[in-house]
Formats: sequence, C-alpha cells, structure tokens
Amino acid sequence: MKDEQHSESAQEHAYPETTAGKPTVEDNAKVSARGANVYYGEKQAIKNVSLDVGAHEVTAFIGPSGCGKSTFLRALNRMNDTIDICRVTGDFRLDGEDIYDRKVDVVQLRARVGMVFQKPNPFPKSIFENVAYGPRIHGLVAHKSELDEIVHTSLERAGLLGEVKDRLDTPGTGLSGGQQQRLCIARAIAVSPEVILMDEPCSALDPIATAKIEELIDELRENYTIVIVTHSMQQAARVSQRTAFFHLGNLVEMGDTETIFTNPEHKLTQGYITGRFG
Amino acid sequence: MTESTAPTDPRSPSGPSSGSTASAKEKMQASLARRYAAEKRFQAYGIGAIILALAMLVTLFVTIIGSGYTAFVQYTVRLDVTLYPQDIDPQGTRDPEVLARADYQGAINDAMYSLFPDASGRSARRDVRALVSPGANFVIRDMVLDDPTLVGQRISVYVPLATEFDQILKGNIDPAVTMRTIREASTGIPWSLPPGERLISENQGRYLQQLVRQGEVEGSFNRWFFTNGDSRQPELAGIWGAAVGSFFTLLVTLALSFPIGVAAAVYLEEFAPKNRWTDVIEVNINNLAAVPSIVFGLLGLAVFLQFFGMPRSAPVVGGLVLTLMTLPTIIIASRAALKSVPPSIREAALGVGASKLQTIFHHVLPLAMPGMLTGTIIGMAQALGETAPLLMIGMVAFVVDIPATPMDPSTVLPVQIFLWSDSPERGFTERTSAAIMCLLGFLILMNAAAVLLRKRFERKW
Repeated sequence: MKDEQHSESAQEHAYPETTAGKPTVEDNAKVSARGANVYYGEKQAIKNVSLDVGAHEVTAFIGPSGCGKSTFLRALNRMNDTIDICRVTGDFRLDGEDIYDRKVDVVQLRARVGMVFQKPNPFPKSIFENVAYGPRIHGLVAHKSELDEIVHTSLERAGLLGEVKDRLDTPGTGLSGGQQQRLCIARAIAVSPEVILMDEPCSALDPIATAKIEELIDELRENYTIVIVTHSMQQAARVSQRTAFFHLGNLVEMGDTETIFTNPEHKLTQGYITGRFG
Repeated sequence: MTESTAPTDPRSPSGPSSGSTASAKEKMQASLARRYAAEKRFQAYGIGAIILALAMLVTLFVTIIGSGYTAFVQYTVRLDVTLYPQDIDPQGTRDPEVLARADYQGAINDAMYSLFPDASGRSARRDVRALVSPGANFVIRDMVLDDPTLVGQRISVYVPLATEFDQILKGNIDPAVTMRTIREASTGIPWSLPPGERLISENQGRYLQQLVRQGEVEGSFNRWFFTNGDSRQPELAGIWGAAVGSFFTLLVTLALSFPIGVAAAVYLEEFAPKNRWTDVIEVNINNLAAVPSIVFGLLGLAVFLQFFGMPRSAPVVGGLVLTLMTLPTIIIASRAALKSVPPSIREAALGVGASKLQTIFHHVLPLAMPGMLTGTIIGMAQALGETAPLLMIGMVAFVVDIPATPMDPSTVLPVQIFLWSDSPERGFTERTSAAIMCLLGFLILMNAAAVLLRKRFERKW
C-alpha cells in the first residue's frame, strides 16, 4: 500500500499493483476471483482482477464505459463462453468450487448464477411461459400445479404478480419496460439461483421503474447474492453494500459502498465519483 | 430555416465573422432548394418506374387472359347415343375391362349420321364424322365405366366438337382460312399441302351451321381441360397430368430441401467453427445459388439417371434435381433469418441455463421460422416455374396418363406450357395461355399460403 502511494504521487494516473481498499471479504465469500484476466482476441479486457462477492450482499461494479465491468460480470456465469474470441484465465470460484473446471456443467452453473440483462429481454411468449421456461428445462417440476406455484411465487418475489395475475397468458413483450425487466428478474429467480448477476438492469428504464427495481433488489438480497453493474453512482450508493470501481480493465478500488463514496483511497476513484471524468 | 437560426452564435465571438454567417445562410438556402429538387426528381423516377412496371404487368395479363380465356369453354354437340349391348359387351359380363376396351365410335357415328340424314356417300359421311372430336369415344367410355347400367340404353350426351369447329365457333379462326395459312403463320415454314385446301370443307361448314341453328351445339365449361392429361387433340388436352406431376415434383423437392436446408443453415450459423473450411463452404453455397439451372439438369442426368439408374421422366428425379437447385436459396434465406434473431433472446435463454441446443430449438428457430418459410416458398415458387433442368431428365415427354405415384412418367406445368406453345394448332395456343394462367394462379396461391402461415407464426410469437 505504501509503495502504491509513492508511485501514485510520482504519476497520478498510474495503476495500482494491487487494488486499493478491501477487495476481499473474510468469511462469507460467495463468489471469488483471483488473478482474473479476460481477453478478446489480442485485447485484454480484464487485467489481473481479484475480488470477493459476499453472500447475501449487493455488490456494485461501477466505472466508465468500456472499463470491463460487464465483461467481468459475464465471466462469473461463463456467458463469455458464447463469444468465440473471448478467453478467460485466472481462478473463479463459486462457494469454493472452480467454475471454469472441466467437470463443471455450464448449464448447471447458469442455473445457480442467474442473469438479468441491460435491455429487458423477455421471450416472445406468454408471461407464464417466460417464468415457467427455466424450471421446465431444468426438470424442477413434476406436474402443472408445482409449476403454477413456482411461477406465482417468482412473480410475487419480483413484485409483478399483482400487476399481471389476470393476464398470465398475454405476451411478455406487451408489458412496459419496467414490468418486462421485473419479469426477467422473475424468470431468473424461478430456477432458484444462488447468485443473480444484473448488467445495468435499469439503464433502459424511467426513474419510477428504476425505483421499483432498486427496491426489489434490496428485498432480494435476503435470499440471493446480487452483483449489479451500473452506470449510475447514485444507484450503486443506494442499493449496494460493497462497491468495486473498474477502470480500463483494472479493479482500481473496492470496499464498503459507504467508504468508496465518502472516503475513496485512490485518486481515480475520487475523480470518478465526483464526476471529474467518466 | 428562418431568422432565428441565422444570428451569430453569441458564445463564440471569435468564430466565423457575421458577414460570412449571412452568406452561409444564403448558401444553405440554395443548397436546400437543390436538395428538395433532388428529392422531387427521385420521387418522380420512382413513380415512373412503378407505372412502367404496372403497365408491363397489365399488358402481360391482358395478353395472356385475352388469348387464353376461351380455353375454359368447350363447344359440345348433343348426341343421342344408343349403346347396343351386342356392340359393347356381347358376353353381358359388364366386366370393366371389357367395357374399357369396347368400341363406342360406332354408336357415336350412328348418332351423327342420324343428325344429318341427307349426308350420304363416303366423303359426306367422313365430313359428318369429323365434326365430333375423336375423343368423344373416351367421354362415353368413361360414362359407361362409371355407370355400367347405361349399356343397352339410349343416352343423351354432350360430346366435344373437333377442335377446328370449336375454334370457329369461338371466333378464333376464320372458316375460310386454309390449313396452309395457319401452319405457315405459326411456324414460318412453307407447308406442303395443296394450295386452297381448306381447314374445313364446305360441307362441314354447312353441317356446323345446321347444328348451331338446331340448338344442338352448346358452349360449356371445359372440364376436360382440368381433368385430362396431354393429348394430340387440342380439345382433349388438359393440364391435370402436368399439375399432378408438378405436385409430386414439388412434394419431393419440399420434403428434401426444407429439412436439409434448415439443418445446414442451423449448423453453419450456430454450430460450425468459423474457419477457412466453413468460409469455403459458404462461398460455394452462395455461388451455387447463381449456377444456371440447366447445369443442375445435366448433373441430374449424369448422376441420378446414368449412375443410379433412376427412371426417366419421373417426378422423383425432377424433385431431386430441383432440390439441388433450391437448396442454396433456402440455406441463404434461413441463415439470414437466424442471423436476424436478436442476440438478447439467445442471452436470455442461456442466462436461465438453457443448453445451446435448447436455446436454438426453443427460441431461435421458432423466431427464425417465418423468415425460413419465406425463403422456402421463394425456392418452391422457383422450382414450380423451372423448366430447363427438367428437360434434361426427360420430363419433356408426351405423357397422356395421369401419374399415380412420383415414380410414374410425367411432365410438369411449365414444361407442358413449353410443349403446347410449340404446337401450331389454335386450340393449343389458347391452352398455352390458359395453362400459364393456371400456373400463375398456383403461384399466387402458394404465396398467399406463405403469407398466411407467416402471419400465424408471428401472431403466436
């Protein structure tokens, strides 16, 4: 830490050898990454990142566009596998289990680590089918009544049941943007994941819908571990317990949200949260 | 563009001087006028092009319908035919085989002679006989086969007139015109009949007038055109044989090219690694789409007929050849349809833990299906209208029988049109146009079905 301070005074925008703040947690790490690198072809999108995501916490990833926060998020449930030129190295663990191990089934992993995307992307099917799809393909239900129950509880947890319970057979794409995003959350929690990754879930929504989602995230924390990528620092401050600041593929600083926003260690973090760049 | 935009920007006093701003405004206005003029011109070109295209379409339809609508009517003459059992079924077994092989011409001739009692002598009688189509025989045979109790009865039946008289009554040819003029006009080759020999004799002209006066001749809907196969006699030639051949050919084409095309597209688009081999395959598929269709015919001749020894003129071979021709179209259209499925849908499916195969079959493929169907219909429409490759595999043969299976010799609609357009008789000319109308009708039907199907899919998804 001392060395870092020195080098920083010598050159203001130099990157830390290690991340400032407190990127790891002591005992309740749900997801942990050590020395993670992600490459798109020749380009390195994530550079030697190590961090922990605490269980039943909301962890926010912030940073300017192109800093690699979404890339890192997608590495946590191996969504990057679908991109041919993408290569991931380093150690990623979910409950201490290597998720890039050959023995790990990616389908099962994604059932444990659900995902909500930037743009609401319900399937062009009915609301019911949207939520029922996950449990059905994973064989979680034996008969219709169980499926009904899962769909209803999932929609309820996503705070959507009241609005849609009379029209479960209408297309999910006919809902408003905020409702669609909550439907996507309901779809994600229907397979009972342990971790939910959210990639800028509110960027396409208006403030009222955003407030609803944020409220929902706070409620979901009880049962799930949540990682959220966001462009809005206010959002990160509102919903998260811990915040990680990425810049150009580096994890610059990570720590308790309060500390990050009130007393950041690193100059870059300070600059970003006060709006001097980004 | 009013004054409000024109004043100099107060925030940049060091920017362009106010004098140059004024001229910038003028320049902008001048360029604006040019832009609007260009827009107007472009619109005019567009409207002109559409009008031209419509005019051509109208011309096409007017020509085809104008020369073809008469083929849907056939002039017939009412005959009272007595079916003597001793002529038709001497043993009285009423065996369909015997009835089918029996000679009904005698009964028809007798009926004709009775209409013209004053026609005596060999040449007069020949003229009388020639009024009725040689196919009248088959018309009565089919009636008897349907209802064997007719044997021994006197039945009143409308039989087709021979084509010359049919055409004269339709006003398509002038009775005074000679055979020679018709042949020469349609083929351009001097015809070696003695000059002055008429298409119909004077006697026949008189007989025809007499029949019309007596009200024995009636123009009615030409059902033979829709139920018969090809024939040497225009009045008996129909499109049913060709239509069934086309149906079998398309059935084989569809059954092969749709699954193969979709499977190839899904593999290439979703599973195949992006490397040099897949690039080569892609380039080849795109090139195949541009290969002249007759080349596929040659391939079919060499491979399916020569090497595999498949039957000549059979719709199954036609279907195989057309499959080769349609596959590139379907593959290209299907790949485009797969590409157009938004990646967010794939991510959504993968995100809830669907496997790659589940993602494709549950989400991507259903969304791409309308596009794939469009491609398939376009390919099928191409195949329905294709002639050249089928000529190479012998589907150009003169086939009278209606094919019962895809293995039977047959022709297809466009080849039938090609065959008839080669015949000089006026009866075939009108049938050519009528067959074109039917082919166009089928194409419109197919497209309508495709649109309906797509609408259905789109509503569901």
